[in-house]
Amino acid sequence: MSAIRIFVPVDAAARSVGADATAHAIEAQAKQRGIDVQLVRNGSRGLLWLEPLVEVEVAGRRLAYGPVAAADVPSLFDAGITGDAPTARRHPLAQGPTEEIAYFKRQQRLTFARVGLTDPRSLSDYLQHGGYRGLSAALAMQRAQIVESVNASGLRGRGGAAFPAGIKWRTVLQAPGAQKYVVCNADEGDSGTFSDRMLMEGDPFVLIEGMTIAALATGATRGYIYLRWEYPDAHRALEAAIQAAYAAHYLGENIQGSGVRFDLEVRLGAGAYICGEETSLLESLEGKRGQVRFKPPLPAIAGLFGQPTVINNVITFASVPVILERGAEYYQHFGMGRSRGTLPMQLAGNVKRGGLVEIAFGMSLRELLYEYGGGTLSGRPIRAVQVGGPLGSYLPESQFDTPLDYEAFAQIQGMLGHGGIVVFDDRVDMAVQARYAMEFCAIESCGKCTPCRIGSTRGVEVIDRLVAGENAPAQERLLRDLCDTLTYGSLCALGGLTPYPVLSALNHFHDDFVKLERASASA
Amino acid sequence: MTSPSPRRVIPIKVEPPLSLNSEEQAAVQSACTRLKELPGAVLPILHAVQQSLGFVPHDSVPLIARELNLSMAEVHGVLSFYHYFRKEPGGRHVVHLCRAEACQALGAVQLEAHAKRSLGVDLHGTTADGAIRLEPVYCLGNCALGPSLMIDEQLQGRVTAERFDALMAQTRARAQGR
Repeated sequence: MSAIRIFVPVDAAARSVGADATAHAIEAQAKQRGIDVQLVRNGSRGLLWLEPLVEVEVAGRRLAYGPVAAADVPSLFDAGITGDAPTARRHPLAQGPTEEIAYFKRQQRLTFARVGLTDPRSLSDYLQHGGYRGLSAALAMQRAQIVESVNASGLRGRGGAAFPAGIKWRTVLQAPGAQKYVVCNADEGDSGTFSDRMLMEGDPFVLIEGMTIAALATGATRGYIYLRWEYPDAHRALEAAIQAAYAAHYLGENIQGSGVRFDLEVRLGAGAYICGEETSLLESLEGKRGQVRFKPPLPAIAGLFGQPTVINNVITFASVPVILERGAEYYQHFGMGRSRGTLPMQLAGNVKRGGLVEIAFGMSLRELLYEYGGGTLSGRPIRAVQVGGPLGSYLPESQFDTPLDYEAFAQIQGMLGHGGIVVFDDRVDMAVQARYAMEFCAIESCGKCTPCRIGSTRGVEVIDRLVAGENAPAQERLLRDLCDTLTYGSLCALGGLTPYPVLSALNHFHDDFVKLERASASA
Repeated sequence: MTSPSPRRVIPIKVEPPLSLNSEEQAAVQSACTRLKELPGAVLPILHAVQQSLGFVPHDSVPLIARELNLSMAEVHGVLSFYHYFRKEPGGRHVVHLCRAEACQALGAVQLEAHAKRSLGVDLHGTTADGAIRLEPVYCLGNCALGPSLMIDEQLQGRVTAERFDALMAQTRARAQGR
């Protein structure tokens, strides 16, 4: 009889709540009981409230148990989890077959199709699960055909700006340049987002494949993954995958005998939020301060070291292989309006069932918050959610019916961004959150333009005076005027979008800003 | 006719000041030798120096500048721009505490207050015994399982005040074991 496969994620989130100890306990129990177990450290399925999520493969199906602490492991073995005993199914931690868990079953996993299924360190696992089929298809196509395919899929940049990827690629293809580059923006700095991290840790090969296809399509021969230092687990996973890809000629001077060359390396950031902005990232890659560049020229024309450069987010590149493998039409039929395909949403903050939900555009925010998220972790009512990272708007309950679609969010002065959703319960003080948005902008400003560098600090001061009730109406006018200056006078999205969280808090939760004034008026 | 005056040589100080101790000098030199051919080598070199010394000594700036043929201002500019590079020694272990919104929604502000109180330091400070340095960080990508922190390279989620104290005790024990 062959070994029973047990899966325990190697994902950093799972490890942050004890997955390593759980894995060790499983090995120890198996040894003690003489059961032949093969432990696989997979990516996370994204059901993060159940981490560490242990899966046991029984008769070709994976049965889930979670959250499994190391101390729970003996009782799981007692219940017979390795043999499909009925007692195992009745164990309090039993969740049934993973793919039947409603949270997972209702998702449309295209980009994250393999995350959690495979061992992220195994290239053969990747190949067995359909990996590199997109590249094979691309190798049989003309460059312009690949670009056209990406264009027809409707794929837009998943980093937050939602610029059509195909148009960017076409610009690079047509731009003259001695050395073209493909750069992956893996500086996922938005609070509330972790899809890049999960993908790089759970299926690093799909990112490498997507970048290789971009190189093939545009004639680039060098690539960089600019990864934030805060992701050491993703760093290890990427380095291992790149090494394996080189060894199997999926990277290097003659990819799969095609004569195409593509070299790829990882570069680490150093804790600067602004380096998620593409021109600032390129400066940083060049070994400089991460200061924003003026645009134009666009990076597609003059990017890294002044050369034509494709720069996209992790999820954008990772969505390319499935488009090439299954066709633009297949990808394009998911979604709504001009938002095509799927977006991996991330439920975060004070939420009962936090995790990754990859779904087609168009579902309502409310459905995501309650049907998937299950409301708050604290059990109190949701008061506000921030969508799209620290530069995204705070939305009140009255806006929860907005569909998850780039244009629908723009209409309510919000943004979908990188798909992060941070939930707050009714104890949140929105004036504190607005102040923090300004404080964050002050800490992370690159300093190049005045509205952002100085306006953010003045913003903190004005909010302090407003909340203290020092001539509140004048302070509020001043704050709105300052936000106007930031919106229209900043060089990039950091200064330009900081007014989103500030003004949305002020407009939708005005009472939080005038508490003291009210109190003094009634005294 | 006056004879042409002898050409005056303005000495350019190319030798970096030798205030680095031998271990520091060796670390900086080896990082430069190994990485200086990379395009955009400054960040990889600074990372390598911090990796081996725990911080980037100020006087490594002229050495790196000379090796890369850059001005000291350029290297200093890079070093001072990025939050991650530490300019002062201190702390055998570094605790990065997340201050961002998703962790705030789960009590990061209270956790930060507890951390400062129980360690007796402010952010960027090192405990009196030299075991732990407390640094802020803006998102560790563990936003569904906050509040989060990272001890050296190990991420920790769902950190309550009690769990924080337990983690710090473990970290101190490791620091003494070294």
